[in-house]
Formats: sequence, structure tokens, C-alpha cells
Amino acid sequence: MFKYFPHTEADLTQMKQSLGIKNTERMFQVIPSAVRFNQDYNIPSSLSEIELRKHMEELGKLNQSKMIFSGLGAYDHYEPSVINHIVSRQEFLTSYTPYQPEISQGTLTYIFEYQSMISSLTGMDVSNASMYDGPTATAEAMFMAEAITKRKKILVSDTVNPNIMSVVKTYAKYKGLEVDILISKDGSANIESLKNKLDDTIAGVIVQRPNFFGIIENYDGFSKLIHDNDSVFIINGDISALGVIKTPGEEDADIACGDCQSLGMPVAFGGPYLGYLTTKKQHVRKMPGRICGQSFDRNHVRSFVLTLQAREQHIRREKANSNICSNQSLLALYATVYLSLMGPKGLKQVNELSYTGAHYLYDQLIATGKFKPVFNKPFLKEFVLHTHLNVEMIQKHLSDHGIFGAVNLGDFDEKYQNVVNFCVTEKRSKAEINHLVSLLGGLS
Amino acid sequence: MSKVLEGFLYAESHEWAKKEGKIAVIGITDFAQAQLGNVVFVDLPEVGANVKKGKEFGAVESVKAASDLICPVSGKVVEVNEDLVGEPELINKDAFASWLIKVEYTNESDFNSLMNAEAYKEIAK
Amino acid sequence: MKNYDHLIFEISVPGRVGFTLPNSEISGYNLSSLDASLLRKEVPALPEVSELDVIRHYTNISHKNFGVETGFYPLGSCTMKYNPKINEEIAAMKAFNSIHPLQKASDTQGILRIYYELQSMLSEISGLHSYTLNPFAGAHGELTGLMIMKEYHLQRGDFKRTKVIVPDSAHGTNPASATICGFDIIEIESTPEGTVDLEQLKAALSDEVAGMMLTNPNTLGIFEKDIIEISRLVHEAGGLMYYDGANLNALLGIVRPGDMGFDIMHINLHKTFSTPHGGGGPGSGPVGVKEFLVPYLPNPQINKLDNHYFLDWNKDSIGSVSGFYGNFKVWLRAYVYIMTLGKENLRQVGCLSTLNANYVRVHLEEEFNLPIKGFSMHECVFDGLKDQSTGVTTLDVAKRLLDYGVHAPTIYFPLLFHQSIMIEPTETESKQTLDSFIEVMKKVAKEAITDPQMMKLAPHTTPISRIDEVYAAKKMILTYKDYLKENQ
Repeated sequence: MFKYFPHTEADLTQMKQSLGIKNTERMFQVIPSAVRFNQDYNIPSSLSEIELRKHMEELGKLNQSKMIFSGLGAYDHYEPSVINHIVSRQEFLTSYTPYQPEISQGTLTYIFEYQSMISSLTGMDVSNASMYDGPTATAEAMFMAEAITKRKKILVSDTVNPNIMSVVKTYAKYKGLEVDILISKDGSANIESLKNKLDDTIAGVIVQRPNFFGIIENYDGFSKLIHDNDSVFIINGDISALGVIKTPGEEDADIACGDCQSLGMPVAFGGPYLGYLTTKKQHVRKMPGRICGQSFDRNHVRSFVLTLQAREQHIRREKANSNICSNQSLLALYATVYLSLMGPKGLKQVNELSYTGAHYLYDQLIATGKFKPVFNKPFLKEFVLHTHLNVEMIQKHLSDHGIFGAVNLGDFDEKYQNVVNFCVTEKRSKAEINHLVSLLGGLS
Repeated sequence: MSKVLEGFLYAESHEWAKKEGKIAVIGITDFAQAQLGNVVFVDLPEVGANVKKGKEFGAVESVKAASDLICPVSGKVVEVNEDLVGEPELINKDAFASWLIKVEYTNESDFNSLMNAEAYKEIAK
Repeated sequence: MKNYDHLIFEISVPGRVGFTLPNSEISGYNLSSLDASLLRKEVPALPEVSELDVIRHYTNISHKNFGVETGFYPLGSCTMKYNPKINEEIAAMKAFNSIHPLQKASDTQGILRIYYELQSMLSEISGLHSYTLNPFAGAHGELTGLMIMKEYHLQRGDFKRTKVIVPDSAHGTNPASATICGFDIIEIESTPEGTVDLEQLKAALSDEVAGMMLTNPNTLGIFEKDIIEISRLVHEAGGLMYYDGANLNALLGIVRPGDMGFDIMHINLHKTFSTPHGGGGPGSGPVGVKEFLVPYLPNPQINKLDNHYFLDWNKDSIGSVSGFYGNFKVWLRAYVYIMTLGKENLRQVGCLSTLNANYVRVHLEEEFNLPIKGFSMHECVFDGLKDQSTGVTTLDVAKRLLDYGVHAPTIYFPLLFHQSIMIEPTETESKQTLDSFIEVMKKVAKEAITDPQMMKLAPHTTPISRIDEVYAAKKMILTYKDYLKENQ
């Protein structure tokens, strides 16, 4: 007997009897004996809970938790205690996709709230119920642009984080789309380059703000140029930052996409995170994934239900614009609870604290003489600096003092050798920042 | 039983066409609307667009299904039934009255391969 | 409590807060010094609520949900097994949550070891050579697997293979994934027994076929008895075999996909390996391959040298399909599940889930149409009520089950039948639970005759009754802003 299997010997006997079989083997006799697997898997034996806890604690000790001073797609923001208590409720945690709305109003209600909040944060009309992560959401935005324009080429700014770029390129390659690069100037997407590249083959243009260098790019004139070319304007934006910086909606973008990890989700070695995707209402039928809408039940009680499902793979099959089925629903709940707790004031304060800490660190690092500015452009919570010191040595030194930071952009692209990333969130105190500065200032 | 009217010509993909001089009026059949259920959205081409026989020119969508519209004749769209944008359920009420588009057809012969009511009745069962 | 029907926005009161943050100790810097043209003008429409407001609101709406811990959840194709608590406890450990994905491998040896060991155990369980854990969900795994298939043909210089064969009984994600991967689809019809028609398969095969996607047992719960011949035919034509792992639960301890001739597969960890479905995600869709396909796995791959684990980028790879390394805390839970079951128990899963499904099948054959006779695997498919004279449909049956505290089975899928009811009782369900489910199903079948009107209006005891889906699709009220506009 095993704790997850309730079958007693008596149960098994009775069940076999009602099937008219003596041996359960009888149920599998259609399986060709040549391929029948009749042995134990070569995997470890069952661990008791006591043994398992010890084993996992040992594995846990092989990881080094550090004070985090870098970002690049994973941000160490504050996680309000309340959230985990709510998202671990079994009603949310163990339920399936809300295909039976009568017993899924909990899930459907938070999806509706999530869509409302994300639409407002991005300044767009509609959001879907979530995507896997920021990079795959961006790739799906590219597919939307293809579906809207029926064109096959996508322009991506070279200031987009390479982790996003590489997923976009993978998706494009196999679908038969072409990716062309929008060359930046001084660390930002450049309008002259855009003018040169736009023609009637371009389905859409993808930019990121804040970008790979942490820079808040300026998109004056972008939307007009792109729309005059009948192309689709796609902005990837850090959702937390959109609490204060100009929204994709205010930029007259057609699609906004990105990651919601910055809404207090643990960095957790890269996942699960949460991708978001929003657009204008006119493009809603080209949108991938689940969408929740409001309706009424038979007694005219306000209710919520998955809607516009005729877009999706389970109905459209090979004609669907996307194959997404499972999304990151529980993380959408996480984001919704986070945004409820923080509200407009909290989100603003998180950004202000991050901004203040990051700019203080920036100035202090320059003052050490060990780091130099790379671009002179506005940033929010992360930035890059050039150093003449050996980056491996810097990282090792920080690591020895329990700090993770100074990620080398050269690890992503050789042309950025000795350009390092720092990020400060509201979790970093002045004393912690000063400590980092003194560690770096002492290097030679 | 769904309605199949005389005087209309039918495609296997469940569109109907009616010749009115130089114009072909195009819609979906009563059988098609019954199969779809409540129509919630109709996606139609713009006036001036070129359509091709056998090629997709739009889509109809219900809560549970979506179906591409296949054009029974080639030509140029001269009129689009704007009423359907706000009230797509009109198709459920009367599929033969709720035409989708009017096309100035280029080849009279396009009609030859369409079915008459009697032949279509065999399909719409 | 079940009547609670507010949205979080509706309990918002200006000025309330649900957070505390430290005061800034740094002066001389201010966000407002950014150029105004870079700042948002409109305050985001977020609620202003206290901490307790938030907790009560979400607790109240949670009561309108049905989870695996609420009651029996026989949703076919979804493998709604018990989600063990120890998995949650481990996934919440700080040692796993506080690690930044860009930290050096020397900081993450524990996690990388879990990745490596889990991919090895999945390889053993499925009879394949190596796995990537990077795909986020089943459909994402399908896409990744098809990219590998395509890349394999491309790197052999075989550019003609642009088509993928998919049986008509396949999950909708199969043809959708193939399209997203730039393939054309050849759909082949099933035999009356619901299995692959070998003649149709032969006719579809050519040097333009990149491969075939297959679920086995298929979506009818039937084992493809000709699987060896199917694999042989596809391989002979130069194609690869893709296994959709959605139904893998049935095969644990019974047969391994790799041994049946499959070259590529994905596993839905949120089905077979007990990670919670989370209301629709996060899932995890690891992809496994035979040895000759290993170079094409997505980047990064996790490898081991001596006793050191490291990230590896392969130039022949399809590229990356995820920002980092997939849904780490989901595959972490799957690892804990496998370690808990161990080899002794994991091999029981297929047999017990199959026994449960067959037990349900034989007890409902009188009341419900069973289009395909004989033993099923881990799920059984009925084609509606036997007596449909009162016009009661599968939808009505499903809705009525909710009144009896049972989650509805999957309905109207597979598409091969008009009134499909697909029941999957997993191995974690007891005979008592199955008996009471069978009793409820029989009762509902009776009610369909004695009180069809009541059945058509079911459910009657749930937080809401049947919902107007046409209104939702036509009005498209998709945000609170839309809602306010509609109700001005």
C-alpha cells in the first residue's frame, strides 16, 4: 500500500471481479508483448517524507542565495506575505481551466480583474488571461502582427533583451517569418533607422522599454511612421515600470507584451513567471489564448465566462493563430493580488524607491572611478556601466561577500564586453547599497 | 430540416449565390447557420476588395465554432451587409434574407459549377 | 458566502492601502525628474483596499471554485490526480525561490542537479535518451518537439518534408502546433474502432511527410494496437514519430513510448506527474528525444561533467523557446513526486488508473452509449445517454452532475462522436468514490427520463446557473472599464 493509492486488496479483488478478470494484465493484452515494459524503472526507490525532506534540504544547500543587485528580466521585488496564502488555496491551486463556469467563478472573477488591471497598466483595451512568459508573449505578438497584416517580416530593435530576441527568432524561423534588426543609436531604438527599414513587407516593429540597458527609450514619431506603413507597433514593457512610465497605449502602440515577474514574483531560477499580452479591441480576434468576459446567468446574476473561444486551438485546430492551451493562470492570480495590495500608490512607491536607489548607486559607482557611463540616457531601476576591471574578478569578489550583481552583458553579446548591469529595487537599503559600493570601490 | 430555397445556387461549403444581373448576392445557407448555432460575429471584406471563387473571403463565428466563408464566384465586392456587424444574429433568423456581400462577378461560368436546390438538399441533411 | 459577487474594484475606497514599504533613506533623487514625456499621465485603475479586504475578497471568490480537494474531478484528458502537499512545501523553500536565473552555475548546483536528475528519470520512464525541461506547457512542448523534427530534416538537407500527419481524434493543440511550426497538416480518419487506419496512413505517407503526431492511448482511451506497424511505416517513409504525452498516465509501468518507436515526445507534468493545474497553469511540458535528436534540443541544455552541472549552448539547437529554464518550480514539484513514489509505486500508476476507468465503464454501459467496446485504458468515452428520447443532452448531464458535487467529465470531445462524455478517474480515487460517482450517473440518467425539464435547467445548487455565452461573445465586456461603460 502507498499513501496516494487508496486501493486495498479487497477493493482490487472486487473491482477485478466486476470486470470479469482474474488478473489486471488482461486489460493490457492488446499491447504487443514485444514492447510491454515488465520491470522496475531504473530510478530511486520511494523516499519517506522524512527522507525526502532531508534530501531536498541537502539539494537546497547546494544553492547560494545572494543579495540581488542585477535584473535583466528577473527582478528582486518585495513579495507581500498575503499573496502566497491566497494562491495556495486549493480552490485556486488544484482546479482546472474554468470550462464549467458554474463552479469556476472564483477563477473567472480573478481573470476578469487581471485583464482589467493589465489593460489599464498598459493603456490598452483588452488583455488575454495570460501567456507563459515575456519572451513567448512577444513571439505571440509577432504572430498577431502577421495575422493582422498578412506580412512576413518583423523588425526588432537591437536594444531588446537578447533572451527575448532569441525566443522571437526561434518562433519566427519555424513559422517561416523573417526577423530584421532595427539598429539602435546611443542605446535606444532609432527613428532614422526605422524610416529606412519600413516598407510594405514589414508586419510589425518590436521595441522594449525599459530596454536591455535599462534605458527608457523615446518613441516620439514611431507610431505615426509605423501606422502610415500599415504595420503593427509592438512594445514590450516591464509591467511594474508601467505603473509610472508612459504606457504603450499612450504611445499609440497596437500590442503591448512583456513579463509580470516584477509584480513581486520570486526570482525562483526563472519560473514560473507570467507573460502578458494586451491590444486594441479591433484586434481581439487575432489575440491568442483565453479571454474572460462578463455575462449573466439564467437568473440574471452577473457572471464571468471564457469567451471568443472560436479563436482557440480546441475549436479552430490547424487554423488557430496560436497553439496555447495551458497558460500561467495561478500567476495571473498572483499578479492580481499583488496589484490589489499595492494599488496605484504602492506601485508608484515601489518605482520611486527603486529609482532613487538605482540613481544613488549609479552616481556612487561613477564616483569610485572604477566605472564609466556607457549611455547618457534616462533609466528607472537598472542601468549599465563600463568597467576597465576584470568582470569575472568583480563578480567573484561580490559573490564572496554574498552579493549577486555586475552581470556581464558580454555574456549575451560579445560586443558588450566589460559592460555590466546593476539593478536596485525597493528591497535594497541605503546601507546595502553603500556596502556594495565600498566592495567595488576597493577593487583594483 | 433546414430550409433550401429554389432560385438560389449552392456551394458544397454551404454558401448560396443569387444572380441579379451583373451582381452575385452571396450568403450562407440555413443549414450552415443551424450547424453553427448562435452567430456572434461576421468578418466581411471591404467594398472594392477582390474575391476569388473557392477562396476565403471572411468568416462567421458562433460561441462554439468558427467557419471560413468560401466565395462561390470571382469578382469585386460592391456592397457589404453592414447590418450584420451590429446584429449578426440576423443570420440565424433568416439566412437567405441576410446576405453577406454583393459581388460584381467576372465569369458567368462560375455559376455553372454550383448546385441547384435539389442537389443541395442531398448535402444539407 | 456563495452569494458574494463583488469585484475587487467595487470594494475600493480612495486612500486605503494594503502595503507597507520602507521610507527612503536617500535624498536628492526623484522620479519626477524624468522628462515628463516619458511618464504616464493617467493613474492606473487599480483598487485601493486594505490587507484584510484583499484576503476576504479572494477567500470569498475562492468558495465559488471546485478543486481536486473539493471532490471527484473525472475530467477526461486532464488527469486530475491528487496534488501532494509535500510538493508544495518543497516548492516554497527559500533555497529554491531566492535564486536569480542568471546566477553562476556554482551558485545553483542543487537546482541544476534536480534538472539533470529529473530529465534522466523522465528519459528512463519514457524510454528516450534526453529531455529538456524548458517548455512551459503541453502545447509548448508540442511546438518545441515539432521544431526539433523540422530542424532534423533541415540539417539533413531534406527540405521537402513540409507535412505532418495528425489523426482526426487528436487534441486540437496537435494541428495548431504543427501550423505554428510552419507545417501543413494531413488529417487521417480513424477506423470505426477509433484507432489509426493503416490504409489511410499508407496513403498519406510520402517523402514530403516530416512525421506523425500520435497520442497513445488515443483520445478515445483506446490503445493503438498497431503501434509497432505505424512506427515502422512512418520511419520507412523517412518520417519521425511524435508522441503527445497527454495520456501518458495510462502507460506508467505498462509500456514506454520510446520502445513503441516514438522519437520525440512531450510530457504534461501537470497531468501525469501531479503538479497542480492552477486554474489553467502554470504547467510544464518537458520534451524528450532519441539520441540522434539530442543536438537539436532547445538552449540552454543542462549537462554534467564529473560532479559539476553546467548550462550548455549547442550550435545545432533549434534555439531557445523560453526566457530562462521553463517553469522551474513546476518541474521541481514533479521531481519531488517521482522521488516520493519511487520505482515501486510509479509502475503501479498505469494499472490502477486503467482499472478505475474500466470499473466505471462496465458500471455505466447500461445507461450510456459505449461506442467502442472492450477494455479501455485510463479513460473511457461514452456517446451520450442511451435513452435520448426526452432530448436531454450530454451538456445537461454534465451540468446536473455539478449539483451532486461532482466535477463534470470532459464533454463534446473527442469530436468523433456527437455527445462525447470522457471520464478519467485517476489512480488516486478510491473504489468508494467511484461507486458513488456511478450511483450519481445512474441517477442522472434516470432523471433525464423522469424530469427532463429540470435537467435542461441544471445546475440548480451552484453559485451561478447556466450562463449566457452569446451575450459575452457579442458584448465583449472584457474589463471593468468596459463593464462600467456598459452600465452607465
